[in-house]
Amino acid sequence: MSLDKPYNDIPDTVVFDADMARLGYHLNQFCMSLMKAPNRERFRADERAYLDEWAMSEEQKLAVMARDYNRMLALGGNIYFLAKIFATDGKSFQYAAASMTGMSQEAYAEMMIKGGRSPDGYRTRKERE
Amino acid sequence: MAKLTAGIACSHVPAVGAAWDNKKTADPYWQPLFAGFEPAKRWMADNKPDVVFLVYNDHATAFSLDMIPTFAIGCAESYNPADEGWGARPVPVVQGHPELAAHIAQSVIQDDFDLTIVNKMDVDHGLTVPLSLMFGDVAEWPCKVIPFAVNVVQYPVPSGRRCYNLGKAIRKAIDSFDKDLNVQIWGTGGMSHQLQGPRAGLINKQFDGAFLDGMTKDPEALAAIPHIDYLREAGSEGIELVMWLIMRGAMDADVEETYRFYHVPASNTAIGHLILENRSPK
Repeated sequence: MSLDKPYNDIPDTVVFDADMARLGYHLNQFCMSLMKAPNRERFRADERAYLDEWAMSEEQKLAVMARDYNRMLALGGNIYFLAKIFATDGKSFQYAAASMTGMSQEAYAEMMIKGGRSPDGYRTRKERE
Repeated sequence: MAKLTAGIACSHVPAVGAAWDNKKTADPYWQPLFAGFEPAKRWMADNKPDVVFLVYNDHATAFSLDMIPTFAIGCAESYNPADEGWGARPVPVVQGHPELAAHIAQSVIQDDFDLTIVNKMDVDHGLTVPLSLMFGDVAEWPCKVIPFAVNVVQYPVPSGRRCYNLGKAIRKAIDSFDKDLNVQIWGTGGMSHQLQGPRAGLINKQFDGAFLDGMTKDPEALAAIPHIDYLREAGSEGIELVMWLIMRGAMDADVEETYRFYHVPASNTAIGHLILENRSPK
């Protein structure tokens, strides 16, 4: 019997549960390695070669190189781990969040100053439609 | 005897630490937030604890996916501020209280909460940002700290009910410690926020306001909130609020709300802050 996952009904959101963590283990551990400066340097010097040292799927490696954070989330990445990638790039959490919404960082920052994104219309897939 | 006098709720956004460390607290963007903590700092100067039991979460810093303890209590002598990928925050080393921590671990585990004991770890912004907000710029933190890390990164996180009941067990442990200590418990993280996916930027002022009210007046009702409601209403990272319930569970049923502050935004997040005091004589 499969477990009930009511949160899969929340639109535009990946909940990092045990199944996603299993899928993303190597991707997230690669991210973790970027906490050490020498690893950041090696990654910057040759991203592909560095990624090939990890037992990640080809899809995961391509998503990292494209800095496609939504794709990385779908492939088991967790945002606190993925943060090590944008920190390596010298980018902020707000930059990364904006990129995942498809907004410019300026437009996203403006939305936040105005009180953020209302949950109305974002609670369920049905409400989103 | 040790005495639990106050509970503090406080968000812990990394950008707040960065703004602090880069001396941007007077910038128009940050000024209202830091101004909101000025009364809290004044209160803290008059009510300095000997020990803070600090409930927080690690953000893929001390704990990778190699090990994910649901509840981990720090029993070490001291904890270094972690390098989270951009260098460690320039804040003092955190001094622990191994004797009280061991006492709490012993008591709470015997009350059926299976804690992980940690004797060596670094602490990230989840722990040091609330310390900066409450104590300001200091050469040394003015009290000892017992770090208590809760898994809110990999779902499922512990339920609000479990956290609330754990708080009660922690209170029982503090009350039975045989030394005169003024102890505070802090619950950090929250409030509503979502950092990931196209739904990032979600803020729910109504939910947050009701949660702040409930912390003072009706924590039992908050303890009954299921995970799915946090995810839907407060965003995927808003579920950190279960950590506030550990703090609340440790406090008296009847508390005085001494101070409240709420501000949007800090980067991607709604910032919430409460000072609750037990009414029983100090």
